[in-house]
Parts: sequence; structure tokens; C-alpha cells
Amino acid sequence: MTNDFDIQKCLAGIDLNAEWIGLREVKETGTHHFIRDGHPEGNSKISSHGVMVEVLTNGQFGYYGTHRLDQESVRKAAEMAFQQAREASKWAIHAFTEKTRPRANGNYHSPFKSPKDAISPGELNHLLVKMCQALKVSDKIISTHAYARLVESEFRFVSSNGSNVFQKFLLLASDYTATAQEGNLIQHRSDGGSLCRCYQIGMEFFEEEKLLQRAENIGAQAVELLYAEECPSEKTTLVLAPDQMILQIHESVGHPLELDRLLGDERNYAGWTFVKPEDFGHLQYGSELMNITFDPTKEGEYASYAFDDSGMKAEREFLIKEGKLVRGLGGTESQARLKIPGVANFRSSSWNRAPIDRMANLNLEPGQSTREELIGSVEKGIFMESNRSWSIDDYRNKFQFGCEYAKRIENGKLTNTLRNPNYRGISTPFWNNLKKIGDSSTVELYGSPYCGKGEPNQAIRVGHASPLCLFEEIEVFGGTA
Amino acid sequence: MKIQNNESLKKTEEAFETVSSRLFEMLGNNECLTISIDGESSHFIRINQSKVRQVGLVDEVRCSLELKINRRQTQVVFPFTGEDATDFAKAGLELSRMREEVAQFPEDPYLVLPENHGSSREVHSGDLLPVENAVDSLLPIMQGVDLAGIWASGCIFRGTSNSAGQRNWFSTDTFSLDYSLIAPNEKMVKTIFAGTSWNQDRFEKQMRESKKQLEVMEATPKTLAPGHYRTCFAPAAVASFIEMFSWDGISEASLQQGKSALGRMRQEGEKLSPKFNLSEDFRDGTVPRFNNNGEIALEWLPLIVDGRLENTLISSRTAKEYGKESNFAANGESMRSPVMSGGDLDETKLLQTLDTGLFLSNLHYLNWSDRMGGRITGMTRYACFWVEDGKIVAPIENMRFDDSLYRIFGEHLEAVSESTQFIPEIGTYEGRQLGGIRCPSMIVDAFELTL
Repeated sequence: MTNDFDIQKCLAGIDLNAEWIGLREVKETGTHHFIRDGHPEGNSKISSHGVMVEVLTNGQFGYYGTHRLDQESVRKAAEMAFQQAREASKWAIHAFTEKTRPRANGNYHSPFKSPKDAISPGELNHLLVKMCQALKVSDKIISTHAYARLVESEFRFVSSNGSNVFQKFLLLASDYTATAQEGNLIQHRSDGGSLCRCYQIGMEFFEEEKLLQRAENIGAQAVELLYAEECPSEKTTLVLAPDQMILQIHESVGHPLELDRLLGDERNYAGWTFVKPEDFGHLQYGSELMNITFDPTKEGEYASYAFDDSGMKAEREFLIKEGKLVRGLGGTESQARLKIPGVANFRSSSWNRAPIDRMANLNLEPGQSTREELIGSVEKGIFMESNRSWSIDDYRNKFQFGCEYAKRIENGKLTNTLRNPNYRGISTPFWNNLKKIGDSSTVELYGSPYCGKGEPNQAIRVGHASPLCLFEEIEVFGGTA
Repeated sequence: MKIQNNESLKKTEEAFETVSSRLFEMLGNNECLTISIDGESSHFIRINQSKVRQVGLVDEVRCSLELKINRRQTQVVFPFTGEDATDFAKAGLELSRMREEVAQFPEDPYLVLPENHGSSREVHSGDLLPVENAVDSLLPIMQGVDLAGIWASGCIFRGTSNSAGQRNWFSTDTFSLDYSLIAPNEKMVKTIFAGTSWNQDRFEKQMRESKKQLEVMEATPKTLAPGHYRTCFAPAAVASFIEMFSWDGISEASLQQGKSALGRMRQEGEKLSPKFNLSEDFRDGTVPRFNNNGEIALEWLPLIVDGRLENTLISSRTAKEYGKESNFAANGESMRSPVMSGGDLDETKLLQTLDTGLFLSNLHYLNWSDRMGGRITGMTRYACFWVEDGKIVAPIENMRFDDSLYRIFGEHLEAVSESTQFIPEIGTYEGRQLGGIRCPSMIVDAFELTL
């Protein structure tokens, strides 16, 4: 790390009779540029730098997160973490061992072609002003916004059992929105849903010509929605674009498979899950077309990394294979408690939170249908894209999702535009109605910086990839109040 | 041991003062600077199955500099150590960098320069449970029942100073135990025990009451069909709806930019029920009245009066852009201290007045399903019951709802309870939050369940 803090020296300076000690230093700087209606609304640089000290004693972990980065502060933090662990150990939910913190050594650098300083903050502001201008395709557009977020994050993990990991990330994200109005009718259109374009990438992300083209399309579709029909209420064939599928995967597959939810850790906040331990290896979660992978190794996806916060090596694993549930989203601690296989997903949002089971990259693997074949197979149905509303119950069963934009499908063709499209369903019946899945040419990658969970709360980065998908017998409806 | 003692808090406040003063001395004539600080020293215990899942402490202090120069602005946030030399050196470097950077940005026509609206200082010292006693004070009474929850305790502070001479400081000691008790049939009751001074007897009394409430959840749950139901919402459920008014609702910028769910009230003059009154009310003193710019809001601002949109929350920036008068809302124009007024229904007659229908203690995962139409979807959660002839009959299986605030707080709002309850804010995403929502119970004569 580019600072005076010597983490190895701090670790060596801790003298405790503990079973294991780990230090996780996180240094992160995010720059945010927000232009609304062509004027700057915010330019900020937000830095965070601290260390999480974890100590294991009597089978209980205790932690202390501090922004005071000197040897004495870290030593005191370790003592307090040790005391906390010792006092809590008689009430511990599980007696953990050092095995839940495997020794890890290695580095990770996220991929990029063009470094962050290839575009200055001023140049980026001017690009975002141009984006607002391009979004305003007519007088019907009453508001536009363009936002860019650039995050550099460094992570160093050392431990008493010899771990030494360094990971460095460059994480970019953008959001562009147009709001159109005709009389009292207002419609919004964004670049695939709110802040979903999130990647590990360099400044090649900001390719002006392509961006301006996208902005014009967003603006045009916002206006188009003003004159569209309301989405009908009916049970029909539903085709979901990848930018909506990511939300569908996230809410109705990702969260239910988190092992800490099975274990009840989240019952007071995010909730439980309908999945039971005995479902692994047995539950037909979806149709045989459904293959879900946990893949933190996918280049450029938002939540790729080499090691999770416990030191477990990140590897691609199938969670659902041919529709059958085979593995859960649980890190070393959940695996030890539940005695079922998991993945390297024990992650924290920063130095000030303890790690818990998270999603990272969760992807739906492509099938065989081209876009033309998939749409062409539908006699009557609805195509929806770009999420705008999401809600699901605490067991991750009953969901209702809304999209920004939809089209009727008639006789194998996309026809009239529909506004205020929504659909609802129950997770496993919905996934068992997956009847066609797009091939690799239909796959798109997205992500989010805001997956919320945990007590204390943590918002973490996730990535999702999905092809185009077709579901049968889905309840859709419009937006009349 | 206290998590953060008064001496170290005082030292942080003094360091903030010192660094602020030295930075203001460095400013040129055309430069304006607002400096903010926020921090916490927190003790967390995560509990599952009435055992400790995770335990630890977090110290964090952040400092923000907002530089305005030649109709342009930029902001930086960085960790604040409390050591004058270190913090001043860091802040000085950032100030130099910001001066260079800000010249690259376009002019901001709605820039608001800092003013001196008057200084304030509020320090609320509590009597918190010492860290070393916490586990042994909390866990024993939880035994014999399945409990999941989070203990959070410690000091939270906020401060601002600006180059016009204004200084504000607010600090408070708070604790909260946010917990769910879970019956063998997986039905739950949820409660928050929060305050500023720990009282072991009161805590144990509340825990015994929670355990008693759980017994009601053990009855066989009733499954409902989608449809419209007479519904009584307890204060925590009402608070979930009130939160939605802060999400593209009562904000003037949202209304102006076509994003607000209250657009129909502004554009079409639509009114909610005369029984519905909502205000921003700082008189409880649970949150600072000053915002990030150091501007001090009115002690009380009526927002919706007798169902009519009376005021919106207007930041100084929005005021400048749309020619309005600022009421010193925070950036984002969300409510910081919302209060829904009580009505005339005797709290003890809630179930009797409901007669037959639903009693919903809590709601879950609310979102706008059609923001422009004011429609909200979400789930019932925790202690939710079927009531017949004014008596609780059974818990219900959780249901999805999808209904409009124009119906819930409008034509279908039948009664509002006289008494109100304070629902503390226990969120911890950007650090431990302050304040909460005060609201009554209410009865709606037709609430739409959909799945």
C-alpha cells in the first residue's frame, strides 16, 4: 500500500495468547462526478482507510475496526478484540478454529487498459455535460442526469498463520437517465436500470462516441414511453432482457442460497430463506436449462477477486446445475457450521465491518437460442427490460419486479411499446417456467455497488451476467394506481 | 470501560476546531470552505439463536472539506485521526489539490455559499452499558427462546464549521438492541429496545413481555387470499410507509424534476385524508437541526396538513434553482425527524374498532411499484394477525401488498390513534444513524393484498 502503515510490523507487535490473529487493511478512494441538466451537481473524492483486527480465542472471533493506523492503536485494538472474544466465547454459537482462516498468499490486480488518470476530472465533467445534452432529445425531456464513479481499492491481509494477500481494484460505474413529461404523464428511462453498469475496467469505459449514441437512445425511449400503451394485466409468456435478469438472479437465486440465511443469522434483518440444508443435491430449483455459477474469476466482472476475506481462494463453482441445487453461497464459517460445501464468498464491505456470506459474481450460464430464435418462438407475449422496482419477501419467495420499458411480442416479433410493466411470481415455480435461454451472443454483464445485508449493515459490490430468458405463464400487469 | 470516554470525544472536538481554524486562515478572499466531521465509537454484538454470532468494536471519524471558488465547487472526505498535525497536514494537501482541480469543472449556477446562521453545541451524555459487561447483561435473559438481533452502543457525533464563522457540534450516546424472537413455527415478533441510559430492570421486563407476545405466534397461521382487507397498522408498520415520503416524495427537487410520488398533490391538487398530518419536528432533540452545510432547520415544519401538501423540504440549492425559499433541508431533501400526528382513536380500542381484519405490526421491503401513481409494494412481516370481532385469532402467512399511498393515506384512512410511538432509526450502512420516526397506529378500511 502506498502509505507509511507497516501491517506486518503491526502484526508482529501484537503479543496475545490467541489462537489466530488477522489484520485486514483496506484503503479506498472513490471519485464521484454528477451532472444534472448540464450543470455540475457534485464532484467529490471520498477516501477511507483503516484496518480490521480479528482475533480468535476460545473458538470465538472478536474484532476491532479502527482508522487509527499506528502500531500502538493496532496493538490496543487487538487487545480489545481479544477481550471481546474471550468474554463472548461462553455464549458462542459455534467453536471456530483456525481452519476457517486458511493460509493464503497471492496478489490480484483488476484488469484495465487505460489508467484512471488517462481522463482528468475536468474532461470527465465535460463528457457528462455532453451526455446530458445527448439525453435531451426533445423538449419533452424535462430532466437529465449523468453520473460517473471511479473507485480505487487496495486490500492487504496478513495473519498469524502466514497469510499475505494483496489485491488492487479499479472499479468504474456510470448512470445516465432521462425524464420525459407530457401533461401530467411522466416516464423515466435509464442506461439499463439504476447504476447497473459497474465493471472492473479502465478509462476505456468512457468511449465517447458509443456513450453519446446510448444517451440519444435513452432519451428517445423516454419520450416513446409517453405515448406507449399501459402494460396489460394477464398471464403470458415473458421474455426478460439481461439487464432485468440480473435483478431476478440476485433476488430470487443469490440471496436465498446464502448459507448464513439458512443458519438464521439474517432473520432479524434481511430475512430467512425457503432453502433448507437437505435441499442441496435434491431441490429442482428451476428448469433443466438453468445453470448458475458463482464466478469471482470472470475478467472484468464487478466482484472478481482472488481471495475472500477469510483467505479462501476464489474459484468458479456451479450452484445450480441443470436446474438442480448443488451448492450454497457460504464461506468458511458457514461451511464449518452447516457442514455443506460452499464458496469463497466471506466478504466485508470495508475495514469497518466483519465479513459475512455475500454474493460476489453470480451468473446465469448461456443456453442455445439466438435472440431471433427466442423472440421468434413467441406467438404472444411481453418483453421487458431495465429494472425500476424490486421487492421480495424475507424467505425470498414472493417477488414483484417492475421494469422501465417493454414491448409486446406478436407472432415472433417485437411490436408496440408498453409502459409501467411489472410482473410477480414465486421463486422456484418461476424458475421452473424457464423455457428458453439465450446463447452466449445474448449475454450481458452488469453489477451493483449496493447489495445490502448484515448487522451491522453492509452494502457490497456484486456482479451478474445473464443471457436473454423466456418464462411461460407469468402474471404481468401495468401501473394504474 | 466506556467505548469512547468524554475526554477523547472532547479531544476530537478540539482537534476539529483547531484544524478548522487553521484551514480558514489559509483561504484566499474568493474562497469559501465548509468543514464537516462525523464519527462513531461503536460496540456491536450480533446474536443468533440467543448466542453470540459476532462481536466487536468500530472507531471511525470522517472529515469533509467543501471548497467553493469562482462559482465552482468540489468536496473531499478523508479519515480524521484527531491528531492536529496529521489531520492538518492531510487537510492542507487536499486543499491544495482541490484548488487545482476545481478550476477544471464547469461553473455551477446554483452554488450556495456558506453563511453564518448562528452556532450551536449540543452534547447528550448517556449512561451506556460498559463494553466488558454487555454480553453478560444481555444474553442470560434471552435464554430459553430463539432470538436473533443486533446490539449497537456508543457515541455518535456530527460537527460543521464554515469560513463565514458558523460552528455546530452535536454528540450523543445511544444504544439499541434490535431483535426478533422466533417461535418453533418460524413466526416472529420484532422489538427495539433503545435509549441513552441503560436500565437492566427495564430491559429484562421488556424481554419478558416479548416472550409473552411470542406465545400468540405459536397458533396455526391463517392463509389469506389476495383481496382488500380492513387493516390496522401498528406504529412500526406506519413508519415504513412514512419512510417512503423521503424517497422521491416530499423533496422539492424531486417534485420539480418529475420524480416525486407526490406529483399528483402538487400538479392536480389531489388531497389525502384530513386525518393525515405529517411534519418535520426536531423538538425531541434526537438529531441535530443543522445540516451538512451548517444551516439550521426550523424546529417544526408542517409538511402535510389535514391531507393537504403544505410544505416540501427545500434545500438552499433547490431554492436557488427553482426560486423558492429554503427551509434548510439536508442535501437529498429527505425527512430527518418525521412525525405523523396522532388522531382521535383511543389506542385501547384499536382492535375493537378494526372488528374483523388484519393487524400488521411490521412491513418489509417496500418499494415504489409505480412511483408516479404513488403505488407501493411490499410484504407483511413479523407479528401480523387475523382479527375477528376485535380479538386476535391467529398469525397470518406473510402476504404481498400493492396499494397506493393516495388510497392508504387518502380515502381509505379510517382512523388514527391518539397516541404515537417513537420508532428509533437503527440503520448502520454509513455508520450508526440518529433519530427515528414518531407515528401513531392507523386503520385503513381496504388494503390490497396481491400474492
